[in-house]
Amino acid sequence: MSEMYDVILVGGGPAGLTAAFSAQQNGAKKILVLERDREPGGILQQCVHNGFGLHHFKEELTGPGYAQRCYDLVKDLPEVEILVDTMVLEVRKDKTVCAINPKRGVMELHGKSIILTMGCRERTRGAIRIPGTRPAGVYTAGAAQRMVNMEGYIPGKKIVILGSGDIGLIMARRMSLEGCKVQAVLEICPFSNGLTRNIVQCLNDYDIPLHLSHTIVAIHGKDRVTGITAAKVDDKMRPIPGTEFEIDCDTVLLSVGLIPENELSNGLGLKMHPLTGGPIVDQRRETSEPGIFAAGNVVHVHDLVDFVSDEAEIAGKFAAKAALGEAGGAARDLAVTTGDNVRTCVPQHLRLGADAEKVRLFMRVTKPMRGKLKLSVMSGGEEVFSKPLMIAKPSEMIAVDLPEAKIASLSSELVVSLTEGK
Amino acid sequence: MERKTDVVVIGGGITGTAILAALARLDLSCVLVEKEPDIAAGTTKANSAILHAGFDAPTGSMKAKMNVEGNRLYYELREELNLDIEWTGSLVCATTDEEKAQIEELKARGDANGVPGLEIWDGDKARGKEPNLSQKICAALWAPTAGICWPFGMAAAFAENAAENGAEILRDCEVTGIRAENGGFAVETTQGTVQARFVVNAAGVFADKVAAMAGDTSFSIHPRKGEYILFDKTAQGKLVKGIVFPAPTKTTKGILVCATTHGNTFIGPNAQEQDSREDTAVTTPGMDEIIAGAKKLVPELPMGAAITEFAGIRAVSDTNDFIVGESKTVKGLYHAAGIQSPGLTSAPAIARLLADEIAKAAGAKAKADAKTGRPAQPIFRELSSGEQAKLIEKDARYGRVICRCETITEGEIVDAIKRPCGARTVDGVKRRTRVGMGRCQGGFCGPRVIEILSRELNIPVPKVRKDGADSYMYEEKLGGGRK
Repeated sequence: MSEMYDVILVGGGPAGLTAAFSAQQNGAKKILVLERDREPGGILQQCVHNGFGLHHFKEELTGPGYAQRCYDLVKDLPEVEILVDTMVLEVRKDKTVCAINPKRGVMELHGKSIILTMGCRERTRGAIRIPGTRPAGVYTAGAAQRMVNMEGYIPGKKIVILGSGDIGLIMARRMSLEGCKVQAVLEICPFSNGLTRNIVQCLNDYDIPLHLSHTIVAIHGKDRVTGITAAKVDDKMRPIPGTEFEIDCDTVLLSVGLIPENELSNGLGLKMHPLTGGPIVDQRRETSEPGIFAAGNVVHVHDLVDFVSDEAEIAGKFAAKAALGEAGGAARDLAVTTGDNVRTCVPQHLRLGADAEKVRLFMRVTKPMRGKLKLSVMSGGEEVFSKPLMIAKPSEMIAVDLPEAKIASLSSELVVSLTEGK
Repeated sequence: MERKTDVVVIGGGITGTAILAALARLDLSCVLVEKEPDIAAGTTKANSAILHAGFDAPTGSMKAKMNVEGNRLYYELREELNLDIEWTGSLVCATTDEEKAQIEELKARGDANGVPGLEIWDGDKARGKEPNLSQKICAALWAPTAGICWPFGMAAAFAENAAENGAEILRDCEVTGIRAENGGFAVETTQGTVQARFVVNAAGVFADKVAAMAGDTSFSIHPRKGEYILFDKTAQGKLVKGIVFPAPTKTTKGILVCATTHGNTFIGPNAQEQDSREDTAVTTPGMDEIIAGAKKLVPELPMGAAITEFAGIRAVSDTNDFIVGESKTVKGLYHAAGIQSPGLTSAPAIARLLADEIAKAAGAKAKADAKTGRPAQPIFRELSSGEQAKLIEKDARYGRVICRCETITEGEIVDAIKRPCGARTVDGVKRRTRVGMGRCQGGFCGPRVIEILSRELNIPVPKVRKDGADSYMYEEKLGGGRK
């Protein structure tokens, strides 16, 4: 099988489906979504809780509900073909996609544009080097979530959760609802890495203790987890001797971070950003390789799928334009860099032509801040944009729109920073 | 259940399986008993995975003889059993004049042990081979015959070959007693009694306990733990492509930096004497120690690319040498005990030696129709796209990738379960196919592998185990419970 497509999407989660729809809306005629799972929708299918869609669909949906909305956008479109159970093994610079599935075997597909929408994966026990034995009963929160919500099994009855990322918090509530006892959530940072609403709704409402500045210093048990030793950590996140205490449990769930899944991007030799862990993109979500775009968690990990959809719409639109030869030139290439208190900002650069459009910046701050804050975007010593904020947390991505009028006149690099007001 | 056989081999590690494969080529019936749910579940699964050249052990020791002979045999077995071995050669690095004198001593010992091709290199030549080595390294001992290997795969290969030749392998089968009976032995196990003329003790860290059950208390085994950190494939460019040792200490070959046959790299092991024969916990001081040790060889370690840590227990005998051969006190009992490093390398030599002794004692001859190989094991990621297409056409399950990090298909997983002495646990599948060994460490594929095991073994999901006897992974939702 060797065919030419306008746009090929690698990954059929919310990013891939939304980008496919956007590409179709912008004129692409032959669009292919490749999904390795048995059905499209991505990880949302196992996120049976609600709280999705408030920004993008303006209503509250469950994860599967949100996934269904994304699927509904494209399922009846003749321009969009979806292949499930299909694994992409390689994407080449000439925009050939090598994939396999049980029905069609080995496929070589060709796209005028490619959009990378592979999502992200969970950081593991090994990556954070938790000492102790290696018994059954230690799972990433996402793997356990799949078993509980999709396969119908529980990982154990007495649970300790390491990491207060959103998946960990959601699983604390989920396990409580399943009748299990969640003994504690431990967080190595002095602040939680989850959304505030999840701290309230998933821990406080269930009287689950959250130990900030704590970590697991040993996992016990030969064949199955029998308990853990916890300890307080200092400001360099090293365990403080003498602060250890034991917690009885049969299960440890890890929610210690997400990593953009970029094996294919690395295989392509795309320029990557060391802090986001994803490809460097411009405002159209085009990577360092012409005609290859990226959107969603593969670019940078989002906390809300709504922003994934926003970003996917952008990528889909410009991938379609590129495929149709309507991309337009880019006379200016301006870097977007981070200043005070801003850790990451996507896109990392703007490639601007005659047809300036509004540009949305997605950023994460370095530490929790409160008070009279000011988010500013400077260019050539002048303020292009500013916005007052009351609160900023590393766990909550900030999105701002730079107005069209300002974009047209930009001529030097942009610096994004967050400062405390007087 | 009662069984009757010529030989019982106790222990399904690399030593036991190699012995079983050698015995199964004789006209003897043999049974291997392993207390864990799968073979290769002890020291064999957690060691440096190196086929040593043979310059470490004192000349004339059993370790030296078995090492050099075992290394040579693996050159033949690699083809015969399709073993995962890369003959990378090894470097022992010196950073001071004192250490340089030490490696010169090692070379002299190696020459005396019969190790071919040893050379002393200067630091630059060593860095020419391994560019990330420390500038402080001033000399190195190059041993071209050393190699890296896949120990689980090798133990599985021995077991499969043995099974092809009629040997029986009982897993989840712990020996609880050994009695002398009818001029032979009655070996009591958790799966009933096995009557046998000969018993081979390859019980690893429990070898002294097994010997004592049969009435031989002539030696004791001391557990020595070694911890490791494994790095993702992407980090290999910053580490090494082969085997790099420091100058050795009295007790160990030191903390090394070493590649694996699948493109990963590890650092370790340290050497921690302990009482427990089963405590494989990794510790913070242990990890700090191996990081510090490895930095002496490769100063810039990509710690962010670490994907897992583990520890193994070496079985050190009180003679500090291998104990191989018939027991001095119990006739018909044969030991392969105290098999610490270089045990992996020595396994085929030990197997040959014991099989020869037992053949002589039993008056056994080689089976006329003994098979030398094992069933082919398709490895999808290593095939050309044409071969991949053909394989998927034949069996569609090869078109479904289960492990994304390592590109392992459902076809390979089912094969691993259905092979002779096939996988019965999640880690057993992992050890035969590498499923879950990549950077996500089973985060995505874990639930899928459980589902496939449940289906292929026809057991409910809550009966699927990770590795050890009681390592059940998931339970029925409350109200159900494990049945």
